[in-house]
Amino acid sequence: MKVELIHIHKHFGAVHANNDINLTVESGKIQGILGENGAGKSTLMKILSGYIQADSGEIRLDGTPVKISSPSDAIRMGIGMLHQDPLDFPPMRVVDNLLIGQDGGLFPNRREVVRAFNELQSQFGFSIDPYAYVDTLTVGERQQLEILRLLWLGARVLILDEPTTGISASQKEKLFETLRKLAAQGMSVIFVSHKLEDVEFLCDRIAVFRKGELVGEVDPPYVTDELVKLMFGRVISLEEKRRYETCDVSFHLDHVTIEDYRLQIRDINLTVSCGEVIGLAGMEGSGQVQFLRTCAGLIRPVAGEINLGGRRLTGKPYRAFLEAGIAYVPASRMEEGLIPGLSLTEHFILAEEQNGFFINFDKALATTRQRIEDFNIKGTPVSTVESLSGGNQQRALLAMLRQPVNLLLLEHPTRGLDIESAIWIWGKLKERCKQGTSIIFTSADLEEILQYSDRILVFYGGKVSPPLDAESTTVEQLGQLIGGKGF
Amino acid sequence: MDTQIILIGLAGVLASSAPIVFATIGETFAERSGVINLSLNGTILLTAMAGFAVAVTTNSLFLGFLAGAFIGGLVALIVAFSSITLKQSQVAVGFILALTCRDLAYYLGNPFMGLQGPRVPSLPIPGLADIPIIGVIFFQQDVLVYASFLLIIVSYVFIFKTRPGLMLQGIGEKPATAFVRGANVNRMRYFYTVLGGMLAGLAGPMFSLSVKAGWKGTISGLDGFGWIALALTIFGGWNPLRAAFGAYLFGLLQWLGLVLQPSLPNIPSQVLQVAPFPLMILTLLLVNIGNAEWVDRTLAALPEKTRKGLANVLRALRTSPPASLGVPFENE
Repeated sequence: MKVELIHIHKHFGAVHANNDINLTVESGKIQGILGENGAGKSTLMKILSGYIQADSGEIRLDGTPVKISSPSDAIRMGIGMLHQDPLDFPPMRVVDNLLIGQDGGLFPNRREVVRAFNELQSQFGFSIDPYAYVDTLTVGERQQLEILRLLWLGARVLILDEPTTGISASQKEKLFETLRKLAAQGMSVIFVSHKLEDVEFLCDRIAVFRKGELVGEVDPPYVTDELVKLMFGRVISLEEKRRYETCDVSFHLDHVTIEDYRLQIRDINLTVSCGEVIGLAGMEGSGQVQFLRTCAGLIRPVAGEINLGGRRLTGKPYRAFLEAGIAYVPASRMEEGLIPGLSLTEHFILAEEQNGFFINFDKALATTRQRIEDFNIKGTPVSTVESLSGGNQQRALLAMLRQPVNLLLLEHPTRGLDIESAIWIWGKLKERCKQGTSIIFTSADLEEILQYSDRILVFYGGKVSPPLDAESTTVEQLGQLIGGKGF
Repeated sequence: MDTQIILIGLAGVLASSAPIVFATIGETFAERSGVINLSLNGTILLTAMAGFAVAVTTNSLFLGFLAGAFIGGLVALIVAFSSITLKQSQVAVGFILALTCRDLAYYLGNPFMGLQGPRVPSLPIPGLADIPIIGVIFFQQDVLVYASFLLIIVSYVFIFKTRPGLMLQGIGEKPATAFVRGANVNRMRYFYTVLGGMLAGLAGPMFSLSVKAGWKGTISGLDGFGWIALALTIFGGWNPLRAAFGAYLFGLLQWLGLVLQPSLPNIPSQVLQVAPFPLMILTLLLVNIGNAEWVDRTLAALPEKTRKGLANVLRALRTSPPASLGVPFENE
C-alpha cells in the first residue's frame, strides 16, 4: 500500500517534534527512516499508526485521504506498528496474545488459532511454541510474534521502530530476510533506526531526520559519511583503537563454575590485566549475564576462585566486591540502575560515601552540577531520572560510579543510544582504562565488541571460548562462533 | 461424631463461605482490570445493614439484595471515579471508604437492631438432594449457595476462556498494549470495578438475610470478612477457582475450630478461633512458594529430571499480580 504523509506538523509544548514532514513510501519498498535519538522519527511513526494525532497535515493511503484516530483504526486500515518494546502481554501465553483484541465470538477457538498461527509462521521459518508464555521468549521471538500478529490482522504497511535493538545477530538476519520477503509480496515496510549499517544494508531508500525535520532522502548506493553528515549536521569519526595495559594482573578467575537452574557454565579461567577491555559476545541468554553477575558478586559460583589484585573474593558478599572496587552497570537502567522518581542530585547523594546523618544539600548540588557538566548530561540537578533520554540516563549511571574503580562490568553499555552518544560514552570509558580500570562488557553489536575490546570471549549455550585477540578476529569469525560453530 | 453431623457441617461450610466467595470474586474482577477496591470490608457491613433494612421494611428479599448490589456498586463507583478520573491513590480512597462505610453501617443501622427479618429459605434440589453424601453437602442449600457455585464457574470461564475475559486480563496486565488492540481501557476499568463492587455488595445481604440472619450492630460479627476477601483475592492468584478454594479452606478451618474445641480442652478456645487465619496464610504461602529465589537454588541441586518436573509444577502454581494493578492509565 502506498503511504503519503503530507505537511505533517506536531508540537509537544515548545518542542516542534515534526516540522512540515513530507514523505512518500511506495508499496513493495523498504523505506529507512534514519536519525539520532529525539530527531522526530518515532513521533511521525506514532502519528501514522494512530497512537497520537498530528496538529496539522494529511495522510493518504493509496491516494485516499484518511483520518487515523487510534491504533485500532490504523490496523483496520492496514497499518501495523511494531514498537521498540514489543507491545504484548508478557505473562500470558502466545495464543492468548494473538487472541486479545481480535474480533469474533464469545468463545474463541484456540485450536483453530494455533493451527492458523503455525501455518503462518512456517511461511517465514519461525518456530514459536504457541503455548509458551511470552515472558519466556527472547526479544527477537517477541518481535516475530508481533509481526505475525500484525500480518494476521491484515497489515499491508508494517512500521518497525528500532527493531534491531536487543536481538541477536542471527535473529537480525532472519528479521531482514522476513522484511525482504514481505516487501516482495507488495507490503510497504518502514524501518526506523539510528543504526547506520542496518539501514544501509536493508533499505531501498533512506529518509534522514534531524531535530524534527526531514533533512534529506537518499537512494542507494549509500555513502556512509554522507548519511552521518545528514544525521548530525557534521562528520563524526570513530576514534583510533588504543590499548591501555598498565600492570600485569588485576582480576583473576580460576576454574570458576556457575550454575543457574537453566544454565551451567563450567570451568572458566580468565586473567584480566589493568586497563584491559574484555568483550563478551554471544546470543542473548548464553550465559554472559550470569558471568557478569558472578564477577560482580551477585551470583555465587559453585566452584572455583575469584581474585582481584591478589585479594580473595570467593564466596564474599556483594558488599565486599563493591569495596574491592568492582562496579556493575546493568542493562535495565530504570529497573536496576536508577531509581525512578528521584532527581539527579538525590542519585548522586545516594551514590557518594556518606558523612554524618544530615544531607549537605549545597555540597550535593555543587557535585551534581559538576558531574552534569563533566558527563555532558542534558538535564538539571532537579530533573528526575525518568525524564532523561536513554543516552542521558546512561551518562548519569556512569557519572555515579565511584572513583577509582578497579573493574567495571557493563551490560550493553550503549544499547539504544545513537552513534554520537555511544562514541562519547566509550571515550569516557577508555579514559578510565588509562587510569588502570579493567572493563568487561556485553553487547549484541559485534562491531562494538571488535572496536572496543582487547580480547573477546564468546558464549554459546553455557560454553565459553578461550579469549580471542580482537585485532586478529573478524566479524565473520565471531558470527560463526556465536552460532555455535567451533565449540 | 456421626457422619450425618459431619456432612451437615460441611454443607454449613459451603453455605457460610458463599458471601466470601462473592466478595472475593468481585474483587478479583476489579483487580484483574487494574483497580484495587480496598473498601470491601465497609461495603460488606454497609450492604449487610442496608439489605436487611430494606428487606425488613418492604418485606421483600429481592429488594434487599437489590439494595446491596446498588450500594456496593455505588461505593465502587467512588473508588473508580477518584482513581481513574481524578487519578488519586486507590489505596487511600479505598481505605477511607472502608472505615466510613463501616461506621455509617453501625450508625444508620441503629433503628433496625435486633429486628426480626425475612430469611432466604432453603431450597433442596429435587432428585439431586437425595444422592447420598453429595446431596446433603451440595444440594440441600439455599439459592444463594447455588448462585455462588455458578458464579465460581461462570467467572472462571469468562476470565480465561472468552474474548472479553482475555481483554480484561490484558487491561490489568499492560493497558498500553490493550489500548493499541482497541480497548477503551478506562471505560472497561469503570465497568469491572462497579461490577466487582456489586458482587461484593451482594455479600452483605447474604450474611444478614441468610448466613448470620439479622442485624446486631457491632456484634453482628461481620467486621473483618472484607479484609479476608482481599487477602483471598491475592492468595487466590486473581483466579476464581483458587480464590474459591481459599474461601472454602477458611470456612473449613473455622468450622474445625468450633468442632474440635470440646475434644481439645487444654487449648484455650481463643487459639482455635484465631488459628484459621495463620493456617490459611501458611497454606496459601506454600502454594505460592515458587516465587522465592531460594527455591530456585534448592531446585538447582536436584537431579535433572526431578528438577524439571518440580519446576513445572511450581511454575503452574505460581501467580503474579496484574502488572498494572493500582497504576492509572493515560494514553499520551
